[in-house]
Amino acid sequence: MSEAPAAPPSASADRAGLPGGAASLLVRPPQPRAGWRLLPARVAAMCAVELQKLRHDRTELYTRAVQPALWLLIFGQTFTRIRAIPTGGIPYIDYLAPGIIAQSAMFIAIFYGIQIIWERDAGILNKLLVTPTPRSALITGKAFAAGLKSLVQAVVVIVIAAILGVALTWNPLKLLGVAVAVVLAAAFFSCLSMTIAGIVLSRDRLMGFGQAITMPLFFGSNALYPVSVMPGWLQAVSKVNPLSYQVDALRGLLLGTPAHLATDFAVLVVAALLGIAAASSLLGRLAR
Amino acid sequence: MTGDTVEAVSCTQLAYAFGETRAVDGLDLSVREGEVFGLLGPNGAGKTTAIRCITTLLPVPSGMVRVFGHDTARDRMAVRRLLGYVPQQLSADSGLTGRENVALFARVFDVARRERAARVAQALAAVGLTDAADRLAGTYSGGMVRRLELAQALVSAPRLLILDEPTIGLDPIARTGVWEHINAVRAATGMTVLVTTHYMDEADQYCDRVALMARGRIHSLGTPAELRQGLGERRRAAGTGATDTLPTLEDVFRDVAGSGLDDQSGDFRDVRSTRRTAKRVG
Repeated sequence: MSEAPAAPPSASADRAGLPGGAASLLVRPPQPRAGWRLLPARVAAMCAVELQKLRHDRTELYTRAVQPALWLLIFGQTFTRIRAIPTGGIPYIDYLAPGIIAQSAMFIAIFYGIQIIWERDAGILNKLLVTPTPRSALITGKAFAAGLKSLVQAVVVIVIAAILGVALTWNPLKLLGVAVAVVLAAAFFSCLSMTIAGIVLSRDRLMGFGQAITMPLFFGSNALYPVSVMPGWLQAVSKVNPLSYQVDALRGLLLGTPAHLATDFAVLVVAALLGIAAASSLLGRLAR
Repeated sequence: MTGDTVEAVSCTQLAYAFGETRAVDGLDLSVREGEVFGLLGPNGAGKTTAIRCITTLLPVPSGMVRVFGHDTARDRMAVRRLLGYVPQQLSADSGLTGRENVALFARVFDVARRERAARVAQALAAVGLTDAADRLAGTYSGGMVRRLELAQALVSAPRLLILDEPTIGLDPIARTGVWEHINAVRAATGMTVLVTTHYMDEADQYCDRVALMARGRIHSLGTPAELRQGLGERRRAAGTGATDTLPTLEDVFRDVAGSGLDDQSGDFRDVRSTRRTAKRVG
């Protein structure tokens, strides 16, 4: 650590300490961005941070790939042989793959609230809230950053599925649709997580909530089995579970099975918007 | 804006309560443009709460706080664009490099892409972190993290720099380093600095004016010399204490704290957060 010598500060010495004889840029405030350009700029800023972190430390990416790989490898291959679940004529591992992609993306997003609590404890959140960033823009930025992180994870799982011989589409337009579905769903689940964070305010409690809701969301969806084989009450759960709509869209796009794409994307967009609204309104509690 | 001179900060009967606890209770404060103003006081005196009201983190009714004439309740975004804020905790993101930490704040303050890299480099150079810029902030020493946070606050060219306990937990050399960089930047940019601190020697040495807070309001206000002199005169009049030596600012602090401290000061969260910072610095 190179500290400046402990001489009494004088104006000339101080200026010499700054580059180029003066802090030419550091005296000129930046031009504020126009209203509508603020939101995309904040989203880009949060996504940039997420990518930078991922570049410095990919451990999480690898460790989180283990579970989906096991699901596909063990559960997928076994149930393909048992043929216990009606899949509409495709191998079960193919049927399962979109569900596992959605699940692994959801797992990343559902614990995103822990990060915001950590940022609160570290003072990072307060610092961001003192920048010209409306709360809704901050949450939207975080939601899409979670979406980006989930997307990277989804790519890993898609590659694993392809290696295991799942017949996926390589149509770029359909893959773009997959990316949009993954990002929107992750935006919703991360906002759900940040909303709970805004209510419970502590990491331990949020961990508990995260654990408690993840499995019901997963099993109460069409990720593992079609809605038609579920008991009536579970079908009702599946109907209000955004994960089901995400899986339906992914299955339709990746495998070409019959899907309700318009409904699926409409539900995901509305869920993401509601999530952003809820999490933004509770962010103030974390700042206090 | 009122009068001829622009006030960097003006608080009028500022009050904020957490439930039953009135953390700030009728605070009147005026910080002049260009000065280094120190807000001192024992744990729980309301310094941090006051700072959080000024930075728009805590909502207060309009008319209570103005920053360069902008009301914090009505004109929140305009106020934020004028602020650089360093909170009490070590708030750099340890998973990013120094440069990325500063770049994030350049982005959220809308620094144009074409000058972003240059501005970030200047901010890092201003705090002497050019060589360490591409290391992860998690590898920095406490003093370096503080200087990095200073760079984060400076990158948007704020008119008002707000520092909450900037040197807490640092060793004396690092403390001096942090203050020298604050002073250098201030001399070059003319920005106003509002700082809270527990260290009376720092306040004495670096602040133009100080306010001693107790129980949520200002107890005494003036230049460090005025406050020391004031206590000296009071002591002479009362015939207590050593009359031949001028009291230090710490004596003034003890004088205030002695009358203002009670069991409520420095609640558990306060102490825990201070300890956490100290631990991360150490």
